[in-house]
Amino acid sequence: MTAASLALLLPLAPAIFASGAVQLAGWHWLPDLGLNLTFRLDGLALLFCLLITGIGLLVILYARYYLSERDDLCRLYALLLAFMGAMLGVVLSDNLLLLLVFWELTSLCSFLLVGYWGQRADARQGARLALTITAGGGLALLAGLLLLGHIVGSFELSTVLTAGDQVRSHPLYPATLVLILLGVFTKSAQFPFHFWLPQAMAAPTPVSAYLHSATMVKAGVFLLARLYPALSGTDLWLILVGGIGLLTLLFGAFTALFQHDLKGLLAYSTISHLGLITLLFGLETPLATVAGVFHIINHAVFKASLFMAAGIIDHETGSRDMRKVNGLFRYMPQTAVLAMVAASAMAGVPLLNGFLSKEMFFGEAVHFAGMGDTGLLWPVIATIAGMFSVAYSVRFIHDVFFNGEPIDLPHMPPHEPPRYMRVPVEILVALCLLVGIVPAYTVGPLLAVAAASVVMGPLPSYSLAIWHGFNLPLLMSALAFVGGILIYIQRRWLFWLYDRYAGPNGKILFDHGLRWVIALAGRVTAGLESGSLQHYLALLIGVALVAGGLGFWGGVWQGDRPIQPLDPLSGLAALTLALAAALTVLRQGQRLTTLTLLGMVGLFVVLAFVRFSAPDLALTQLTVEVVTTILLLLALRYLPAHGTPEVGTGRRWRDGGLALMAGGGLAALAWGVLTRPPQTALADYFLATSLPEGGGANVVNVILVDFRGFDTLGEATVLAIAALGIVALLAGGRPAPETPWSAATGADAQAPLLLRIGARPILALTLLLAAYIFFRGHQLPGGGFIAGLVTALALVTQYFASDFRRAMQQLALGYRRMVAAGLALIAVTGAASGIFGHSFLTSTFTHVHLPLIGDFEIASAMAFDLGVYLIVVGTVMLILLELGQPEAEPVGSG
Amino acid sequence: MTVDHSLILPILLPFVVGIALLSIDGDRHLAWQRRLSLLATAAAIPLAILLLVTTVDSGYRTYVLGHWPAPFGIVLVLDRLSALMVLLAAVVALPALWSAIGADTDRQGRYFHPLFQFQLMGLNGAFLTGDLFNLFVFFEILLIASYSLLLHGGGRERIRAGLHYVILNLTGSALFLIAIGVLYGLTGTLNLAELAVRVAHASAADAGLIRAGALLLLVVFGLKAALLPLHAWLPAAYANTGAPIAALFALLTKVGVYSIIRVFTLAFGSTAGPAADIAAPWLLPLGLATLLVGAIGLLASWNLRRLIAYSVIVSTGMLLTAIGLSTAASLSAALVYLIHTTLITAGMFLLADLIAEQRGHADSQPAPPVAQPALLGGLFFVGVVAMAGLPPLSGFLGKVLLLQAAQDSPALPWVWGIVLSSGLLIIVALSRMGSQLFWRTLDSAALPVHATVRRLFPAVALLAAGPLLVILGQPLIGYASATAQQLRQPAAYIEASLANRHLAPAPAHAAPVPGTTP
Repeated sequence: MTAASLALLLPLAPAIFASGAVQLAGWHWLPDLGLNLTFRLDGLALLFCLLITGIGLLVILYARYYLSERDDLCRLYALLLAFMGAMLGVVLSDNLLLLLVFWELTSLCSFLLVGYWGQRADARQGARLALTITAGGGLALLAGLLLLGHIVGSFELSTVLTAGDQVRSHPLYPATLVLILLGVFTKSAQFPFHFWLPQAMAAPTPVSAYLHSATMVKAGVFLLARLYPALSGTDLWLILVGGIGLLTLLFGAFTALFQHDLKGLLAYSTISHLGLITLLFGLETPLATVAGVFHIINHAVFKASLFMAAGIIDHETGSRDMRKVNGLFRYMPQTAVLAMVAASAMAGVPLLNGFLSKEMFFGEAVHFAGMGDTGLLWPVIATIAGMFSVAYSVRFIHDVFFNGEPIDLPHMPPHEPPRYMRVPVEILVALCLLVGIVPAYTVGPLLAVAAASVVMGPLPSYSLAIWHGFNLPLLMSALAFVGGILIYIQRRWLFWLYDRYAGPNGKILFDHGLRWVIALAGRVTAGLESGSLQHYLALLIGVALVAGGLGFWGGVWQGDRPIQPLDPLSGLAALTLALAAALTVLRQGQRLTTLTLLGMVGLFVVLAFVRFSAPDLALTQLTVEVVTTILLLLALRYLPAHGTPEVGTGRRWRDGGLALMAGGGLAALAWGVLTRPPQTALADYFLATSLPEGGGANVVNVILVDFRGFDTLGEATVLAIAALGIVALLAGGRPAPETPWSAATGADAQAPLLLRIGARPILALTLLLAAYIFFRGHQLPGGGFIAGLVTALALVTQYFASDFRRAMQQLALGYRRMVAAGLALIAVTGAASGIFGHSFLTSTFTHVHLPLIGDFEIASAMAFDLGVYLIVVGTVMLILLELGQPEAEPVGSG
Repeated sequence: MTVDHSLILPILLPFVVGIALLSIDGDRHLAWQRRLSLLATAAAIPLAILLLVTTVDSGYRTYVLGHWPAPFGIVLVLDRLSALMVLLAAVVALPALWSAIGADTDRQGRYFHPLFQFQLMGLNGAFLTGDLFNLFVFFEILLIASYSLLLHGGGRERIRAGLHYVILNLTGSALFLIAIGVLYGLTGTLNLAELAVRVAHASAADAGLIRAGALLLLVVFGLKAALLPLHAWLPAAYANTGAPIAALFALLTKVGVYSIIRVFTLAFGSTAGPAADIAAPWLLPLGLATLLVGAIGLLASWNLRRLIAYSVIVSTGMLLTAIGLSTAASLSAALVYLIHTTLITAGMFLLADLIAEQRGHADSQPAPPVAQPALLGGLFFVGVVAMAGLPPLSGFLGKVLLLQAAQDSPALPWVWGIVLSSGLLIIVALSRMGSQLFWRTLDSAALPVHATVRRLFPAVALLAAGPLLVILGQPLIGYASATAQQLRQPAAYIEASLANRHLAPAPAHAAPVPGTTP
């Protein structure tokens, strides 16, 4: 697969070498978003593609031998290939958003690859850390790229790269640059975001070699190079990119020396070299840019081979600790030679590739010193960095391959790895030598086209030769070698100093920070989600008060309708109503008392309806009151007689205050509405059309079953669902009643004699009454809803009076069917009009004459009303039977 | 004269099927109940697609109930938004029902299937109605069905959390009625289109009360949508109910969001005179705060179910932020994000159940490795990448659209800062959860629990939205932005909704209204 993609790439290469032309290909994907599948292949992309596929191929070969039998090779390969695809996407994208998509994909692949051995704690933590840092940077990058696209007006690189002046002069340039650099620095492990990279070394070594040295961490510097034409050329760029690069270079080189873990050393070395590349791009001179691109190639080659060598050592000895792994030259000479060559390239030994780019860097440092007034600062810093680089390379070579005998190795004696495990290392080391000795014939053309596409202009003259004569850079190299070896020799007291004075590293700080954030999140969440219903309710009512209050703010409260005088009777009733309601609140601990008081409130509401000529409402309210009181009484059996009073006076005051304000607010709203002239458009229409078009003189009933029959259909359904819900809930797990049935109904569990005798005739009478109410409903106060409640009341009476409660339980099934039938009747009535080509619920009516009863209209809406009737009866009875079910209790327990 | 009834079918189909299911004895004929319920739920999808397609051609469609023209009777109105919501409901409902059957959730209590259908009826009714009071009625239907479904199967924690949900929502319903009462008292209408007309022409003297009524509506819808500070009921309720029910409930908060879009673009939108754009100044800051609090809650979640529940709050925050920006682009971003988040959240609830079963219901404690690590791990990965808004899956689409929509807003630093930083918190939380569930395993053999195809399929189907919505991104964004354009032109909705007004005869005489004169 990798070979195939490499093979596919190669035919495209000559064109680039020939003309430096940019090859574009693309399709529209999400143009509204600015996200298109457009790709570009230029020198820089070609270089990276070669690195990605070439090293990828070697890593895949290597991994085959690296993993043990127990590991899942398929998973590793799948993830590596996914990563390779994503990485190729990053370097080939012409669209910035597409680039970001692939960028984040590489972070995700890295997460899964670092966590490949997820059973190990270090792998899990390393994976999470890497993802947190790189994905966090990715979010900043997203913001930065969006701003960049906003400034330029396009997300296509082809446009963005030519709009450099426009970008740099835009007021949003600093923000854009900082955000993009956050993405770059996190990805390329620049100080102070570097600490994820050493932790990511918990990944299998092929992954470290591939992602965390050769390719993925290069995505950051790739983006620097990519956006170089658009963003560079300002002081801000120099300070940020150059400054961070320099810091990282020094910090990484210094820290690398003190690592005892082989891969740790290589990780910090990688950080340092990435810092170097960043620094080179930050210097903003064309030559430094060439050096940066060159070092990308060189570092990828030698660092990948070093990681592979480290993996071989780990694989064969079972340890990576340089305090234990010593003297391996005797056991694995071939690997040792390869590793030593690669490490020398890392140190910048002549005849190896690392030397060339390092010399270019030193040359640029000297050049830069000549330009400004910084004096010898740059050359000195460059030399110091070089010294540490030599020092840790020497440590790598000397500690591992010489320095006495191995100590306590898990696998003893170690031996050479399988043949093909070493082949990838051999190839890479050969490249180090070839590039180092004959650069112009090997890497020259590639470097030229790649650098050209970064600089976007004529390249400066430079020569890829090993020998430039005796000059300052050469002197600096020599100093670095001598200094580095001296540092290594003096390492003991340096180590002592480091152990003693080195502060906590970024990883530990980050872990502490993260733990603190998670703990804080826990506290905040627990504070907001207190689990207290009272609290939530207070909040809801408080919010409603604020919303209503602020909404009204500055408005006119009282309308201009003349206010009628209050007659004493109404006033008294209103006062009693208010008193009863207040008492309900005050006595809320005593449930039975509360219920009685609530009944009183309800009755006064009924009286109010009667007083203001709303007989339908009054009738409905009355029956509803009675039925709900009975049901609540039954439900009370499951609760203790006294509720627990609220503790804390503060809360009582808060709740009391809220209640008063809410009540006051509601009263104010009602006052505001009622003092304005009534809006009568709907009422006029209903009054005018009720009889001629709806066939009923009782407008309230016609509204319910016809004008707004759809609402009634809905509410009837609500009623039915409520019954189902209660039955389902209680059937699911009925708590034992606090008050046994026998205690609730009297010790002998028999109804009073009078009730038993009177029940039967009452039943007949009430049913007759219900029928009467039902039939007159369309013309006079009444209707299916009230009739249903009245019927239910008759049945309830019968239920309490009868000795056959258990027998009645059997009827539960019947009531469920009754509810279903009622709903079905409504549905059928509504749908019938469809047959005649009318919309749902269109009614019709006719005039009939029955003896005895007289003339009346029969409306199809009456069938609808019958449905409502059935639902009401069925619902009440279902709930009643479920709540009133006598528990199976031993006789005599009362 | 014939009437096209297709508009009312999304309401009638679950209603009628619910009745039929109610008359079947679930204890004895469960298999029949299942077949019928599945059939009806499946049929809703082509129906919804059909409706959606018609909105692309014809803009608005209305259905006048009982032949009483609006604003006197009740009218259903289909526009792009309502068609989208109906389709979304259908697409979530089928996998939810399927998995409920697969997991035998419907055996754990009574009347599951009728309640499920009535729930759908309530949802579709709320999406289609053009009448404020009728919206209240459908809210009642879907809420009361949801109470029962939430408590379905019982259990101490479930009932406790469910009780909070019930009582808060009942209070919310009372507030809804109060708000409707105020608005009716001042404008004399319940029809949304007519309400828009009346509000736009309201006198300065009435403005204060109208605004109070409008903001009370916002409180009610905000409660359903779980907008800060009214969000606290949600995590416990969603985390403790059955997985298929939680999946269906991914839709419920979206009803609140839908209602906010509908009512506050139509009746209290930019043309609403004294109450113009009344919600936006509240939605933007509260949406951002909700987003942040949701992300913090995600980070603090100690099990997957709670984490997903908090992601519902995150999505509410994102949606209301986008709506609060009140531009066509931001509204369009909200719609794209809404589709994504509903499907992914539902899928994640289903997946969480499968994972919990294979881990022996160990919450976040170390447990044996799951029996199907590649399959469940892969699905989990897809789900969380989409949830976290990382590319290349659907969450990224909505997030980038939202960020772009905020580009010209003065609130840009706030929106970008909070959206991106909460994104980071979410990534931290999700990677932590994934690492706990799949990597930090006990060194023992996996439990012999395997997810069957019929359990897996619903979760896979929903999570497939992650890649699919991106692949089909262009038509999706196209539909969303056309919808946003349509929503920002309330005049067309009003005209369509009241088109049949001429059918109404002029009142022959103006009679006194009963109850107004003592």
